[in-house]
Amino acid sequence: MLNTITTATGPTPDAGPMRTHPARIIAIKEEAYAIATYEIEFEDPALKEAYQFKAGQFNMLYLPGIGEAPISMSSDPATPQVIGHTIRYAGNLTRAISRLQVGDVIGVRGPYGSAWPLEQIEGDDLCIVTGGIGLAPLRPVIYHVLRHRERYGRVFLLYGARTPDDMLYEDEFESWKQQGIQLYLTVDRADPSWRGHVGVVPMLFYLLRLDPKKTTVLTCGPEIMIHFVIYEAMARRIPKERIYVSMERNMKCGVGICGHCQFGPHFVCKEGPVFPYAAIEPFFGVEDF
Amino acid sequence: MPEFTPNIGAFVSIQKSDLQRVLEALKQAGFTLIGPTVDESAIVYGEIDGIDDLPIGWTDRQEPASYRIVRRQDEAFFGYTVGPHSWKKFLFPPKQRLFRVEKKNGSFQVVDEEEPAPRFAFIGVRGCELQAIHIQDRVFLGGPYQDPNYKARRQQVFVLAVNCTEPGGTCFCASLGTGPQVGSGFDIALTELDDTFIVEVGSEVGATMMRNVPWRPTSAFELQQAREALATAVKAMGRQLDTSDLPDLLYNNLEHERWNQVAARCLSCANCTMVCPTCFCNDVLEVSDLKGEQFERVRVWDSCFSIEFSHVHGGNIRPHTRARYRQWLTHKFASWIDQFGILGCVGCGRCITWCPVGIDVTEEIDAIRGEV
Amino acid sequence: MKRKIKPDVKSKPKLAVFKFTSCDGCQLSLLDAEDLLLDIADAVEIAYFVEARDRRLPGPYDVTLVEGSVSTPEHIEQIREIREESKFLIAIGACATAGGIQALRNWRNVDEFINIVYAHPEYIDTLETSTPISEFVRVDFELRGCPISKYQLLDVITALLIGRQPRTPTYSVCIECKRRGTPCVMVSRGIACLGPVTQAGCNAICPSVNRGCFGCYGPMEAPNTDSLGQRLEALGLAPAEIVRLYRNFSGYAEAFRLASDAYEEKIA
Repeated sequence: MLNTITTATGPTPDAGPMRTHPARIIAIKEEAYAIATYEIEFEDPALKEAYQFKAGQFNMLYLPGIGEAPISMSSDPATPQVIGHTIRYAGNLTRAISRLQVGDVIGVRGPYGSAWPLEQIEGDDLCIVTGGIGLAPLRPVIYHVLRHRERYGRVFLLYGARTPDDMLYEDEFESWKQQGIQLYLTVDRADPSWRGHVGVVPMLFYLLRLDPKKTTVLTCGPEIMIHFVIYEAMARRIPKERIYVSMERNMKCGVGICGHCQFGPHFVCKEGPVFPYAAIEPFFGVEDF
Repeated sequence: MPEFTPNIGAFVSIQKSDLQRVLEALKQAGFTLIGPTVDESAIVYGEIDGIDDLPIGWTDRQEPASYRIVRRQDEAFFGYTVGPHSWKKFLFPPKQRLFRVEKKNGSFQVVDEEEPAPRFAFIGVRGCELQAIHIQDRVFLGGPYQDPNYKARRQQVFVLAVNCTEPGGTCFCASLGTGPQVGSGFDIALTELDDTFIVEVGSEVGATMMRNVPWRPTSAFELQQAREALATAVKAMGRQLDTSDLPDLLYNNLEHERWNQVAARCLSCANCTMVCPTCFCNDVLEVSDLKGEQFERVRVWDSCFSIEFSHVHGGNIRPHTRARYRQWLTHKFASWIDQFGILGCVGCGRCITWCPVGIDVTEEIDAIRGEV
Repeated sequence: MKRKIKPDVKSKPKLAVFKFTSCDGCQLSLLDAEDLLLDIADAVEIAYFVEARDRRLPGPYDVTLVEGSVSTPEHIEQIREIREESKFLIAIGACATAGGIQALRNWRNVDEFINIVYAHPEYIDTLETSTPISEFVRVDFELRGCPISKYQLLDVITALLIGRQPRTPTYSVCIECKRRGTPCVMVSRGIACLGPVTQAGCNAICPSVNRGCFGCYGPMEAPNTDSLGQRLEALGLAPAEIVRLYRNFSGYAEAFRLASDAYEEKIA
């Protein structure tokens, strides 16, 4: 409803929340087959200074002529001037990113979505359970925990990959262990050099003694894996309010107005990707939902 | 003729032909008039110049999968029910460039649009349609992020609403409380009687547009006539919907056998989502020139009925029609309430009429409730 | 991983256009690109394109467009050679992607036709069927339509030049029809229309001139031909008419073929 007559020509809409900002690649690190971590920084100094993100959130990355894709931040949220994205070359955009070099520019907008509840779970034992590239959005959690080790109890990292070669961030494992993170690794297919476990990630729960009163589970990975992680966690009487899941859906706008990432009542780009399991339980596991 | 304009909230009566004076005033104020007009086989919304373009003397017959325009016995201006178009195409266009991107010195630059948003006056907005606009307001303007394109168009729209005395065979707005009487948010609302329009003024601007219109206070008899016409309209509605147990009814029946049955009929063609005045799903396409120097981000209407819609790495979340129909219906009638605090349906019946095989949402929901 | 066809070196990617059994209409879409034709010629080297010039540069070709269906024994050899010479092979049009209108013969005895039509049937060496390119070689991308849309063709060429996976929508014609605001011809006029089961790409041109879609872009991603068939019957179409409707330019595409076969059984 109009209250006054405005001018005959109306306002000119700008790009608004869909505006993407140029950011330069300053480092590329190969992590595994067809997976690499890209460190980027905004070209605009003010934006670079102002940008902050929380562990678990994602950016929309963009390349002119190619399009956009949602990618989680995998770097330390305490140093947001340099943003790390661990990218698997799987889709249209990520394949195009695979052809980029240090110095090239990509578009970035964000951060979007919910974060792992790092403050809320202070004092808890943390059980981080993940597979494959699912470790990427959890690495910021590990960095945060290491920075504030005294704020958390025991920290378990249960991580699985297809083969030993597919493990991400292997060069950091030793340092994580030294700083008090208990690492349990497993692979689907071992090679002769492998000394760890063989089998699916949820089986690693059997190696732990968790205190259900003070354990929080953080999980990200293929939906089928998450399914069994929840099963194992609840079998150990960990309440569903303390199981946090990062969901994958088709995030396209990142701001809750395109509809693609709906998961029941939730827009995964807005209320997610990180949910307490209690919030999604009625819909989780409904086939093709 | 009184020298002053009617007050906000006042009911006044005007001669039908004097609607032209209102339209003239709107044009003079810089509005582009958008209104109903006959386009061969349907009453559609397009740019109009004056009352001569309105579907005077026309009506329509609607049932599932069928729509026909027919001549009326009288010369009613607004004697039809809503057609295939809705106002959303003007506020949220089916295809719209959001911005351009230019490559420049090894980087790129976002170039904002330079065209100001058009300034529309919507002529003949029904109660259900006004509610649909309010619903899309919540989608595009209600969250932490506001859509600048929608906002630029929306905030300067003039709404000339019309109380609906001509419900159709697939209508059920009375069940949802969105009509036939228009709710709030109009600048002017008309009720059409045989020889006069009763005008309710809803805003300052609405009052201003009445400046050159001869009017008289509406009589008690006319108000009574209007009330009766609306009461008759409520009874004449072709469909009903019990909303008492939504959203739980649907959430509790996600594995109901009915989803399989409707999937056997559903074409997954997306017509329902395209004609729906509240469906907002959209996609942004990347359009580039051959040289790879100039790019455009173009937003288009999308639909949850396309397979690609739910694409994630490694597959699609909803690969079958059963899952896609369930997504659409549960979104409209259940999760929309969680998302926006309001039902996603206004009872306009478009999805029933324009479904090529006549799938009827009211029937589907009744079936899930076990009433068929 | 490298799919970008534009090499980093200065040489331009080579484009070749071949044709089999077809009317040349799809190739003409390329010429029809008019104002953009110079840009195309600027961006790629047109190594072979009979509609434009006689010259044929030797392969290999970076992008090959193939029009037409395979309908003679000779074609089978040729398409295999073309495949070997082509990095990215795109089948263009209803003939190359579904067998074309000439695939109507797949339901009939070809020898009978030959004997009736030709004075010297012994000179005719043809296959029993007219089938799409993908029956014989791997096809990297299919552009549907009779003819194809020049916009889709340009989009695919642009995608390849930029290094994007080419992608055309696989949803129904109805989405395009509604986006352009055409009142549904089936609902508002009772005209039989294959739009709900046909793939988009034409911008719903037929309904925009009050005609039903005749399915030239072939089946959409999830064609429910049974349900549409029931509706067409309710609109008064006889099974024989429904057979004819489905058996059109893309009639040999699987979903349409099965639908028409099912209605043919009903007649019998």
